[in-house]
Amino acid sequence: MAEYKGILICGEVREGKITTITRELITTGRKLSDDLNQRLSILLIGENIQEAAKEAVFFGVDVVYTVDDIPFAESPPEQYLALVSNIFQKAAPSIVLFGQADMGRDIAPRLAARLGASICMDCVELAIDPETRSLLQSKPVYGGNAVAVWASDDVQPQIVTMRPRAAAPAEPDPSREGEILPVAVKIDESVIKSILIETVKEEVKGIRLDEAKVIVAGGGGIDGKEGFELLKELAQILGGTIGITRVPCDEGWMPAGLEIGQTGHVVNPDLYVAVGISGAPQHLAGCSGSKCLVAINKNPEAHIFEEADFGIVGDYREALPPLIEKCKALKK
Amino acid sequence: MNIIVCVKQIPDPEIPPVKFKLDTESRCVVPPEGIPPVINPYDEQAVELALRLKEKHGGKITILTTGNESASGVVKHALSLGADEGIALTDKAFEGSDSFSTAYILSQAVRIIRDYDLVLCGRQAADWDESLVGAILAENLGLPLVTLAETVDVVDGELKVKRVTLDGYQVFSVSFPALVTVSHEVGQPRLPSGWGIVSASRRQIPVWDAKDIKADPAKIGFDASRRKLVKLFIPKREKKCEMIEGKTTAEASVKLAERLRQEGVI
Ligand SMILES: Cc1cc2nc3c(=O)[nH]c(=O)nc-3n(C[C@H](O)[C@H](O)[C@H](O)COP(=O)(O)OP(=O)(O)OC[C@H]3O[C@@H](n4cnc5c(N)ncnc54)[C@H](O)[C@@H]3O)c2cc1C
Repeated sequence: MAEYKGILICGEVREGKITTITRELITTGRKLSDDLNQRLSILLIGENIQEAAKEAVFFGVDVVYTVDDIPFAESPPEQYLALVSNIFQKAAPSIVLFGQADMGRDIAPRLAARLGASICMDCVELAIDPETRSLLQSKPVYGGNAVAVWASDDVQPQIVTMRPRAAAPAEPDPSREGEILPVAVKIDESVIKSILIETVKEEVKGIRLDEAKVIVAGGGGIDGKEGFELLKELAQILGGTIGITRVPCDEGWMPAGLEIGQTGHVVNPDLYVAVGISGAPQHLAGCSGSKCLVAINKNPEAHIFEEADFGIVGDYREALPPLIEKCKALKK
Repeated sequence: MNIIVCVKQIPDPEIPPVKFKLDTESRCVVPPEGIPPVINPYDEQAVELALRLKEKHGGKITILTTGNESASGVVKHALSLGADEGIALTDKAFEGSDSFSTAYILSQAVRIIRDYDLVLCGRQAADWDESLVGAILAENLGLPLVTLAETVDVVDGELKVKRVTLDGYQVFSVSFPALVTVSHEVGQPRLPSGWGIVSASRRQIPVWDAKDIKADPAKIGFDASRRKLVKLFIPKREKKCEMIEGKTTAEASVKLAERLRQEGVI
């Protein structure tokens, strides 16, 4: 049986840059590779990625595999899967890391099935058991009500997807050195079973959720589209943007792309103002990393107060206008 | 169009967090008292999507579940919504199966059913939140797979699927038969009719065991599991919320702004 050794990150490049989630994976991967004393490699796919490959080395990767004749975004999943499988055969890593984002969610389970590997999705922490040397994988379960820790031995490769924001993004060190290995992979076209007709990115006006320093989030308590005007005003004054829970999304008050939580965005702004939000674990999964969490809720028993740093019990319609005015005054 | 929908029975995922209890010793979740288990919400949305396709294109909907004796309850729920048939895959030997074993068990049953154009699964089960079974099932059956579907249409004899992404969507086209995992963007599932509930409750749900599906004992149950659960715990909240009070809500709001300024957050 093959010896599996080393860590392979399935990385992503956007507009020539290593994405934030990939930098987070490098932090996690670097730590594991130091603990195991094994090499950290990364796979980068897309056009014009040579600069990104160098960047990856600065961030802490030992070996970069580049495949630059395939555009990443337009690649159907079977093609990407075939590519990763191919690199996997070359590198024979014991651990493969993906981000729990569009690509990882889709590809990682398929890869596990194909390779007969063990897999754990949406992990928040990875560690090497000092005694058994097995990989310990911590993952929120039951919507975030509990955390499970799984162990798998190293006779089989282990695939993991990491939740965004689970680690700080790696910082560059331009003195670092590593190998960049361009790989030419011939994909048998017959494996491609799906045609990707189009990829549509919905324009976000203003600040992206994953980059926002301040997020004012509204939930079921806002009770309609109109109420969000107050939230928008507060967000604007604080230089932030709007987020939502599942309820405004299901009710069609606000666009689904703003949803925060287990199945939406995972954010960690400096300030998260939760307005009319009960604090369900599935929602907190997306915002519990916020540095300061403020809750405004008319129910003193609401679970959100268990998680918040500051709280106001009251109707948001009464709480927000004076808050907006005071913030305006303070900002001057 | 003949559709197979795979569904799972789970503890109600939307109970208040205070009602969520664990037995850390045995690493098990204690079912909340007085709150009955439910169909996994994403699976219910998969049933909804199947019903919409059936309304448009005709055909038959077969529900598949694997679980303990009570699991046929979710099959009956799906029948009450309008599905045509259901099968429960139940056997002591299935207990403790991981996602790979579960997908194997389902794939054995799907092979017996044989006559299908589409297999639908929820995007993930809201208990262990793995989101693995659908993808592994597709690999096992050699079917094209599209994950996280919001809508599914038939265009020129091909399946057209809108897949939700974090900042938009993608549109895929695949040939039949195919497997699609369903996301909550599908929208609210319908409610069962009174008559639907009555007639479903009278139905006898066929139960298939390990022998019926010719399951390889090495591939099912606890022993087949690729990893071990070493710990299960409820994360401790270390935070203490500072409640800002005032004679009126407005007064509290002003104090809040001042407090946030003091802390340097605004
Ligand atoms: C599998 C699964 C996955 C999920 N994933 C997500 C996810 O990713 N993201 C997500 O957000 N949810 C998710 N959910 C849904 C989640 O469980 C909750 O149902 C949802 O987060 C509740 O949203 P809410 O707190 O806005 O609404 P509600 O539960 O309706 O709470 C509204 C709150 O507003 C308060 N309120 C009402 N009126 C006012 C007022 N005038 N002023 C002030 N306060 C007021 C109420 O006291 C209450 O606390 C998921 C659920 C499941 C089952």
